[in-house]
Amino acid sequence: MNWRRISLIAVPYLWLAALFLVPFLIVFKISLSDIALSIPPYTPTLDLSEGWSGLRNMISQLDFENFEFLADDDLYWKSYLSSLQIALISTFFCLLVGFPIAYGMANAPQEWQPTLMLLVILPFWTSFLIRVYSLIGLLSNEGMINQFLMWLGLINEPLTILNTNYAVYIGIVYTYCPFMILPIYATLIKLDGSLLEAAEDLGCSRTEAFWRITVPLSKAGIIAGCFLVFIPALGEFVIPSLLGGSDTLMIGKVLFEEFFSNRDWPVASAVAVILLLILIIPIVMYQRNEQRRIEAEQ
Amino acid sequence: MRRFTWFNATSLTLGFAFLYIPMIIVIIYSFNDSRLVTVWGGFSTRWYGELLQNEAFLDAAWVTLQVAVLSSLIATVLGTMGAYVLVRGGRFFGRTLFSGMMYAPLVMPEVITGLSLLLLFISIGLDRGLITIVLAHATFAMCYVSVVVSSRLVSFDRSIEEAALDLGCTPFDAFRSVTLPIIAPAVISGWLLALTLSLDDLVIASFVAGPSATTLPIKVFSSVRLGVSPEINALSTILIGLVTIGTITASISTKRAVLRRKREEQMAEQMT
Repeated sequence: MNWRRISLIAVPYLWLAALFLVPFLIVFKISLSDIALSIPPYTPTLDLSEGWSGLRNMISQLDFENFEFLADDDLYWKSYLSSLQIALISTFFCLLVGFPIAYGMANAPQEWQPTLMLLVILPFWTSFLIRVYSLIGLLSNEGMINQFLMWLGLINEPLTILNTNYAVYIGIVYTYCPFMILPIYATLIKLDGSLLEAAEDLGCSRTEAFWRITVPLSKAGIIAGCFLVFIPALGEFVIPSLLGGSDTLMIGKVLFEEFFSNRDWPVASAVAVILLLILIIPIVMYQRNEQRRIEAEQ
Repeated sequence: MRRFTWFNATSLTLGFAFLYIPMIIVIIYSFNDSRLVTVWGGFSTRWYGELLQNEAFLDAAWVTLQVAVLSSLIATVLGTMGAYVLVRGGRFFGRTLFSGMMYAPLVMPEVITGLSLLLLFISIGLDRGLITIVLAHATFAMCYVSVVVSSRLVSFDRSIEEAALDLGCTPFDAFRSVTLPIIAPAVISGWLLALTLSLDDLVIASFVAGPSATTLPIKVFSSVRLGVSPEINALSTILIGLVTIGTITASISTKRAVLRRKREEQMAEQMT
């Protein structure tokens, strides 16, 4: 143990403790506080000058009132459930769109691979906000899709897509697609082609070989992709506020509004704590899957 | 045996059409002379001119650039240190907590990260502005840098590092003259990732930015809320163009670096 080793560990450690761990403890503490008309707008606050008795005094004033409030109010229940629903449905459609693309990339000729890879990565590096923005012009009542459908004569009046939940689904599938494609592609490209040949030699049809070999062997990639879409989609704020309507309930948006419009910090903190509790399960499952994937590769 | 079927070709075509058509439409309409975003009024670059005279956008762009450069540099240093500690650091007190803190920000919803950092800054009485955005961005970006760098650290041959130590290098010298040059490409891509994350971030910045410092995404978001505008189309086109050039340059230079490394390895084998 020399000072270099200690400082090498201590610098990132303390940084994360101060800017990641402590903020969480603060959120947790404020979620147990009461709203107050003061600066900051909650009570009790920790008075460091009183030392231990100040801390004990503060803890004695904390309660679970905000959580009871969340449980009683329909709005929050509905927001959590509708976020879960929107995230699940969009993840499913993302898989439906992403898998064929990843499969096509993996089967494409060797010399195309770098270009195809570049084409998937490019949207990934492009500003998220701009990609969501690009959908607004497409989906609006006077937008390209409606103009095109009306020109074809399929519809007589514009379909309302923008500012509905459909637009939110489209937005999530569109922006998170690369997160689905990349892990699936990574498992498909490693798949041993001779297995498929063997299956066909043994009398499998191509479709049967696909379902019995390709899909099970790419399971780890499919699971990773689904979590990479589902987890951020659940707390999504930008997509529901730009593409969704006033009746689109998503918990990220509710938290944002609770904090900035209603200035109710304790309730916003309680919303955050519950969102985190909901996310712990998928996050742990995702990490287990990743661990298994890494072990399988070695 | 892989076969590229009609089904594959169709799904690639449709898939990439889905990914690219919305952005291509934005690019085309940025050259539209009409203010109406749905009517084509002839080719013009007037919106680029108006964008360059828009002080508010230029100020926000300057703030964003400063934040991105500062925060990505901090994130690269801290993230590389963190990756080294996780992969090579051995056991130390609180290692599980450390690796947990290193990975958690990757999966944390942005609204929670933003909220918690804002509450921290308020409770310690730090004025919101450029500094708070830099601190926030450096914190979540360092975790991404660490993932990129540690995957390189895991995969490279440790014996050369040990050889340097046997030949009398101190651990620090061994890191500087052996490890760092090998992981340099990963450090650079981690830095680019940190830079992009910072340039793109809207949610965390909305929480921690004060009235004195508005970033470009915050500015774009508030104007996009009012609907599609030709100025934003022009701005989007510029940003998409920069990303495209950057990504293509990066992919070409990685390919060159890989080729060079292969050549050098071959030469080294011939010499021994």
